[in-house]
Amino acid sequence: MESLLHSVQGYIYPDELQLQWSILIVLYPFITGLVAGAFILASLERVFNVEAVKPTYRLALLTALAFMIVAPLPLQLHLGHPERSFEMYLTPHTTSAMAMFGFVYLWYLMVVLVLEIWLDFRKDIVLMARASTGLKRMLYRAMALGSDNISERSLRIDDKVGKFITIVGIPSAILLHGYVGFIFGSVKANPWWSSALMPVVFIFSAMVSGIALVLLLYQFVSWYRRAAVDMPCLDTIARYLLYAFIIDFSLEMLDLVHRIYEADESFKTLDFMVHTKLYFSQIILQIIVGTLLPIGLLALVQLVKLTEQARRAIYGAAGLLTLVGIFAMRWNVVIGGQLFSKSLLGYTTYKMGLWTREGLLPAIILLILPFVILYMLVKLLPPWDKARGAEVPRAQG
Amino acid sequence: MEADRREFLKQTGLLLVLTGAAAQAWDFVLAGEPEKAPTYKLLDHWWAMAMDIRKCIGCGNCVRACKTENGVLLEPDCFRTWVERYHVHPDDPGHPEVDSPNGGYGGFPEKYKAGDGSKNFFVPKMCNHCAHSPCVQVCPVGATFESPDGVVLVDKTYCLGCRYCVQACPYGCRYIDPRTETVDKCSLCYHRITKGLTTACCEVCPMGARKLGDLKDPKDPIHDFLKDHMIHVLKPEMATGAKAYYNGLDGSVR
Amino acid sequence: MREWLRDREHMVRMGILFAGALAVFLVARAVMVPKDFGTYGHFRTGALADNMAHPLVFAGRQACGDCHDDIVASRKGSKHEQIGCEACHGALEAHASADDPSALKPKLPDVKTICLVCHRENVAKPAGFPQVDPKDHGDGGPCTSCHNPHHPEIS
Repeated sequence: MESLLHSVQGYIYPDELQLQWSILIVLYPFITGLVAGAFILASLERVFNVEAVKPTYRLALLTALAFMIVAPLPLQLHLGHPERSFEMYLTPHTTSAMAMFGFVYLWYLMVVLVLEIWLDFRKDIVLMARASTGLKRMLYRAMALGSDNISERSLRIDDKVGKFITIVGIPSAILLHGYVGFIFGSVKANPWWSSALMPVVFIFSAMVSGIALVLLLYQFVSWYRRAAVDMPCLDTIARYLLYAFIIDFSLEMLDLVHRIYEADESFKTLDFMVHTKLYFSQIILQIIVGTLLPIGLLALVQLVKLTEQARRAIYGAAGLLTLVGIFAMRWNVVIGGQLFSKSLLGYTTYKMGLWTREGLLPAIILLILPFVILYMLVKLLPPWDKARGAEVPRAQG
Repeated sequence: MEADRREFLKQTGLLLVLTGAAAQAWDFVLAGEPEKAPTYKLLDHWWAMAMDIRKCIGCGNCVRACKTENGVLLEPDCFRTWVERYHVHPDDPGHPEVDSPNGGYGGFPEKYKAGDGSKNFFVPKMCNHCAHSPCVQVCPVGATFESPDGVVLVDKTYCLGCRYCVQACPYGCRYIDPRTETVDKCSLCYHRITKGLTTACCEVCPMGARKLGDLKDPKDPIHDFLKDHMIHVLKPEMATGAKAYYNGLDGSVR
Repeated sequence: MREWLRDREHMVRMGILFAGALAVFLVARAVMVPKDFGTYGHFRTGALADNMAHPLVFAGRQACGDCHDDIVASRKGSKHEQIGCEACHGALEAHASADDPSALKPKLPDVKTICLVCHRENVAKPAGFPQVDPKDHGDGGPCTSCHNPHHPEIS
């Protein structure tokens, strides 16, 4: 406390000394962004018939589910009274952007992700139930809801419903992450957050991070399984990453130019913050290392003919840098928005704990957890068979 | 003496000293018939605060009394009310030098020199009990709310500790009480004003620089205060319907 | 009908599962929402009573005057007349509401410091407010040797 007091620059309201939203709240938009992005990539194939990305379809769905399961955990851990969080379902305050979280989350998790995955994997589930014995058989039978029907007609119905859910899912994914942006963008008291562009920037950065994650995972999984990487697929995903990134970066630059040009009463305070306390995480990590560099790398592939080997290396590097950049972006939004006083007269400091409940260690665990869940999901529902092309006939149109 | 006092309060219609009477009143409120409650009438009041910067001497009485009355932690980042000192150069009003050592709890040791051409004054701050509170708007569960008599209160048994309200308050009036892990803020001494007393900060302000007012009471002197002075609220651009009305608020105050 | 259902049965089962979950949620909600929620707005009405129930610490000047009417009278017409008793004497609800207030006799404020809480010189204080530098005001003795705190004017 004493050292925190000494780190204050200028004047802050006394109650502003400690940051209220910690690194866990940085994780929350980062993780939901990955969910929304991975889902939107998966739906490209389904809704817009982008055949090239088909090998990643099921992997992207499972990735989205794994991260979705983890998404509320940082929030729970951060609450002063996690045991009261069900009140959001009992008495949701309709004027609160946050109150809608519970419902959007449940809708997205249950109606979109679980249903779509169930429908898409149902044939596999039934086949695995038939092929296995004992406990495993019971598990798969339960997942199939006791149904053994994989007649052509039933599968065609699955596919039709699945496609409908995907179509509903795209606006849901945009809602899921757009509303996370709205939680910040609608705080009029905070000039760093308050912006109508915030939800839009969040959606596009979500797509960027989700695509980058699938790009990395697909390469990793192929290497791990010693399977051949489908290069046209990888090239296509990388191209989409580039496009989404350019839009995302343009929007962020629009926000920046707008702020600089308007130069309202908060500008000098925020500008000083970006050049001091946020310099490393915003200018260096987010903009240079996490945005310009990966955009440059991805653009290079479009401009120069490179070997498969070189392209894969570039995609790997660009994907990693992208994730670093998007994480830095979430950090700069959440933490940056609390470093300056609402009096616009001073600054405080974020002292991150290490082992504390909201410290670095829980954050790292929460970032590893989705991969553990994904590993288990992949064991339970291997997404490969379909990817190899042994294919259920799709309903046309 | 206690009996005399009760008698006195009853006669002047202030009443509600007795916890028994309060409980009885609340039975009516809970039964949905507050109008039958014998004492404090929830719908007959609309509380506000009149702050006079020209009178504030920065003694810190309000800050200390608030912490005492409400059991607020003595930590340097737990304040329901605090006092700021402004030091403004007339040729640069956009960059005031502001301080609030421990919220003004121990007063303000002299820091500036007389005759340096600067403008110096104290600004008492507290929850503005906004009529359109951004903090209430964002609370996901209804754990903070505007009471029917115009006070922004916290339901400590219902608060999740999500801290969204802390982010939403433009005035920095909320903090997390580490003892309860819930949000805490000025309650306008709700336990006092509903018993006919004034708030602790007003009670001990030697200058009358802050005065509780009931806008629904036509006889309340706050109406004269609002009529006779040039009145301003903090950050009017936030359109929060702030009900802490300031006389003599300098444009440099944030 | 049977023919229609044959290849949709799994869908129906999933539908029933969702409907069941929704029903459980609605029932749980009906049971668990506090009964007094929403009478006056989006909050638990009992929270008003909770806030009211906080104990008093400052008694308020009226309570002081109930017994100490002599002091109230002595302050008449003085510059200190409007100051609450507890501004100097501290929080005294425990004294005021005691069965025998004289048993809980409050300590008198320390005159060496209490006056200067308000009257020590400070450029941020309003210009007309009487302020002193204790080093060159008075003779170094306690303020009360010249000023009566309940009626500080020197006549």
